[in-house]
Amino acid sequence: MKSLLKYLKNYKKELVLGPFFKLLEAIFELIVPVVMAKIIDNGIGNRDSSYILKMSGVIVLLGASGLCFALTCQYFAAKCAYGFGTELRAELYRHINTLSYSSIDKIGTASLVNRLTNDTNTVQNGVNMFIRLAVRAPFLVIGAAVMAVTIDLRLSLIFFVVAPVISLIIFLIMKKTVPMYKKNQQCLDKAAMLTRESLEGARVIRAFSRQQEEIGEFKEAVVDISDNSIAVGKISAILNPVAFMVMNLGIVAVIWFGGLRIDCGELTQGELTAFTNYMTQILLALVVLANLIVIFTKAFASANRINEVFSLVSEENGDIDRLSFNTDINIIEFRSVSFAYEGAGDYSLRNISFSVKRGQMLGIIGGTGCGKTTLANLIPCFYRATEGDVRLFGENVNDIENTELRSRIGTVPQKATLFSGTIRENMKWRKNDATDEEIISALRIAQAWEFVKETPDGLDTVISQGGKNLSGGQRQRISIARALVGAPDIVILDDSTSALDYKTDLAFRRALSDELPDTTVVMISQRTTSLKNADKIVVMDEGEAVGVGTHSELVENCDVYNEIYRSQMNVKEGSADV
Amino acid sequence: MFDTLKRVFSYAAPYRKFFVMTLVFAALGVSLSLAVPVFIGEAVDCCTGKGEVEFSRLAVIIPLLACSVIASTIFQWLMSICTNKLSFLTIRDLRSDVFCKLERVPLRYIDGHTKGELTSRVINDIEIISDGLLQGFTQFLSGIITIIGTLVFMMMINYRIAIVVVVLTPLSFIAASRITKASHDSYMKQSKLRGDMVGLAEEMAGNQKIVKAFGYDKRAEERFDRINKAYGEIGAKATFFSSMTNPTTRFVNGLIYAAVGLLGALGVVGRSALIGSMTIGKLSSFLAYSNQYTKPFNEISGVFAELQNAVASAERVFGVLDEEEVSDDSDKEILDKCDGSLRFTDVFFSYDKNKKLIENFSLDVKSGQRIAIVGPTGCGKSTIINLLLRFYDIDSGKIEVSGKDINTVTRDSLRSCFGMVLQETWVFTGTVAENIAYGAPDATREQIINAAKSVYAHGFIKRLPDGYDTIISEESGLSQGQKQLICIARIMLMDPPILILDEATSSIDLRTELRIQKAFAKLMEGRTSFIIAHRLSTIKNADVILVMKQGNVIEQGNHDRLMENGGFYSELYNSQFAS
Repeated sequence: MKSLLKYLKNYKKELVLGPFFKLLEAIFELIVPVVMAKIIDNGIGNRDSSYILKMSGVIVLLGASGLCFALTCQYFAAKCAYGFGTELRAELYRHINTLSYSSIDKIGTASLVNRLTNDTNTVQNGVNMFIRLAVRAPFLVIGAAVMAVTIDLRLSLIFFVVAPVISLIIFLIMKKTVPMYKKNQQCLDKAAMLTRESLEGARVIRAFSRQQEEIGEFKEAVVDISDNSIAVGKISAILNPVAFMVMNLGIVAVIWFGGLRIDCGELTQGELTAFTNYMTQILLALVVLANLIVIFTKAFASANRINEVFSLVSEENGDIDRLSFNTDINIIEFRSVSFAYEGAGDYSLRNISFSVKRGQMLGIIGGTGCGKTTLANLIPCFYRATEGDVRLFGENVNDIENTELRSRIGTVPQKATLFSGTIRENMKWRKNDATDEEIISALRIAQAWEFVKETPDGLDTVISQGGKNLSGGQRQRISIARALVGAPDIVILDDSTSALDYKTDLAFRRALSDELPDTTVVMISQRTTSLKNADKIVVMDEGEAVGVGTHSELVENCDVYNEIYRSQMNVKEGSADV
Repeated sequence: MFDTLKRVFSYAAPYRKFFVMTLVFAALGVSLSLAVPVFIGEAVDCCTGKGEVEFSRLAVIIPLLACSVIASTIFQWLMSICTNKLSFLTIRDLRSDVFCKLERVPLRYIDGHTKGELTSRVINDIEIISDGLLQGFTQFLSGIITIIGTLVFMMMINYRIAIVVVVLTPLSFIAASRITKASHDSYMKQSKLRGDMVGLAEEMAGNQKIVKAFGYDKRAEERFDRINKAYGEIGAKATFFSSMTNPTTRFVNGLIYAAVGLLGALGVVGRSALIGSMTIGKLSSFLAYSNQYTKPFNEISGVFAELQNAVASAERVFGVLDEEEVSDDSDKEILDKCDGSLRFTDVFFSYDKNKKLIENFSLDVKSGQRIAIVGPTGCGKSTIINLLLRFYDIDSGKIEVSGKDINTVTRDSLRSCFGMVLQETWVFTGTVAENIAYGAPDATREQIINAAKSVYAHGFIKRLPDGYDTIISEESGLSQGQKQLICIARIMLMDPPILILDEATSSIDLRTELRIQKAFAKLMEGRTSFIIAHRLSTIKNADVILVMKQGNVIEQGNHDRLMENGGFYSELYNSQFAS
């Protein structure tokens, strides 16, 4: 929490004034019972109705100014909390954008989103409540006690018994119920999981006629929920009545001992009334305090999660911000590159070397988990080589500024993810000022223009989040086109034609080499047929390059490649992909 | 709205005894707690001044006071317990019912909704009903009892001052509702902006790697900043508005308190005949009442806001419950001896009445034949399977399995003839053994292991941390291929006469793929099989190839015939050799 406090620095004024005004309100609130006591003792005692009228006026005045103070405080609290929240979120998001892939892997994107939205909100709410209540509630408890002491020291001893007893009750009950509430959430999560699984597997469940069993399992889960909820309810329902009981028993004691004091003439009837009022105020303040503790516990937990993100290291950056290179040098060159993921025991890539020239096509083939994607991720410097050099455009990739480097590379990830907005907006991701001509030409190469053209809105067709209104193949083609806008120097296709049928795949590969002759293509695939025309193919097996060469060279002298090729292409057995 | 409420309460009907008990305990608890200020007042009246304290009366009042405090505590606790039971048992039943419903609705309904949306009905909406409707309702009840009880007690002490209180209280109510109304607008704006912000965060931070790859981070930041700023401003406003409620109602309560103090004191002084007789003790109990009287008003206004939410949720839940179920077929014939033959006769079907799909489709499959369905992605290959297993019902025509019209037999018995392996593998949270034995829960461990062995899954299962007892789920570390092998083993254990296989394996590594091929081959021995084919070997050896495009079967025949025809199939087939 401490390190997040710096986002409050622009709100020092609110942070001081808010609680201050709240304090004023609380003081006024504490004065009211005294005034009421005065009405009873002086006004009624002396039968002085003008005094009564005057004092009632004072109470109204106290209330009105209390209202103004309270509103001022709430205003400062809201302003400060949301100002703080806004700055925190902005800074957190900026930091997220600087994170390296390794850091993102460590924390996971779903968790990043959660921290950016929910956790910041919880902390923001904590700040709001802090200003509004953190000063007021303890002050009311202490203030009421002090007021009681000033009225009658000996009688006020009852307060010093009642307040700790109520606090203890609150503490014990919370200690008992908090874990139970957690368990409740787990039960609920389980029911949610069963529901999700049952919906996802609807076809299988019905095919196996297992509906009754599914229902049975779910019923068990909901019985768990209700049993646990009822159990926790039983305990937490004690809190309010028992706290009120202790308070009222305190009042009983106050009256009894107060009666004794009045009989001795050391206390007045009005003061006794004030005493009972303070007792009520203490209880209410303690209940608020208990809620406050819950809010703060949550806020602290969220603050810690946010700090975890802040503590992740940002990506390193090179300083070559303008690349100039000779067109006949190696565009991509790996020199004995090895790579291990952070925290992983073993290398994912071992001693890889190859080079590609401008306009050439590099194929990477191998089974899943063999390191194809890892290798491709080293090219735009998403990860840095552990050993050896990755050289791009003649420079060590670590020396090139990330933005400059990535602006020259188009990436097509394995999973075709599109963003909400129009097709045109999606197509401008790589190049913000791309013209319609550039966009259409990219769509043409990716074999997507044909269907985009036929939609009623063309480039203005709205894509819903995740692109759910398009078919898998359409999504993939747009995702390919997105990377081609503005003719990048390098295009990396990570197994990104899997949803395309053979014909479309072929047409795309032809268009790519015809339309973008100067672009170096890195194509990862599981199909030998897709890579047949590559200028160079790297065959990966368990992190090592077991073969580098053209298709025909590899067929001659690379066993692994041959095995893959034959398993896919053995025409005699007729087992090739369609 | 009232119909919805009525329906929710009909679910509470079996637990009406808790409802009655809640009412009784609430009445007892509240009236006892209301008696407390009366006793306190009387006790205060005993202590008028030095040497004038009536200890004999105090000795009677104070035990009474203590007893009513303790008794009211117990009754209030009992009331909460009953309320809890009432609401948690009611929503337990409701939740079970919704889940059962989801197992009975046609697949068309499930396919037409996102899983997240339906899950949210079962989980979140029902939570909201519990919070808002049932808990709120009991809060409402005890609030009403408190208000009426306080009124009665106040009337009994001094009806004139009581009338003043009654006249003044709506002020606090009006103030609260005014503020709520005023803040409603900014609240709506705030929640919309928050939705936008979460949406953007999910898209951008959720796909952080792509954002970085495209260097979109600066633009994403700009977009985020814009929404964030607007959210911060409107949020501060909305929060301020809504936080006005408490101090304002507190102020109004203060006014009432002052008015009671003033009138009461004047009454005690006896200056105003209008006010009637008062004592200091009565005044102090009046003051306590005026505090208690206004509180439930604020609570009730809160209840109304939540009630609206809860009714909206209840309507969504009942929306699911009102869905049509698949027709009951328990009286139909059971298809017990299936020989594996199939026949489609003049079948018409479409998902959407306006979009024609399958038209006039006929196909005759003999026992043991192999049918391959080919075509580009999204051409509707899985529709045929949906129809065969009666996940969807055909519009016209006839489908026969083993010579029986599938509409004349029970769905369960029909489906038990099929073994199905879908491209989207489905494993549930449970052990590997449980997953494999899904279709045959009584299978012995030995049978399970044999099934796994026969589809070449035994090797990797053995290497899992707990072997066959390893808990797996969709998210657990199993690869797509491993999950598929488990699904195939599942079918192997069932030994069905007809197979349906979706053999897409595009994202599976080569070794696993070869294993899956072998497993499929083993599975198909001697069975009628439908294969959504991606592989040349399956297609070439198939007895019938259905070529589908945009929902229609455009060509039908064996490999050689289709190649001779030189249609779409031959084009598709030849394109793989071009490069």
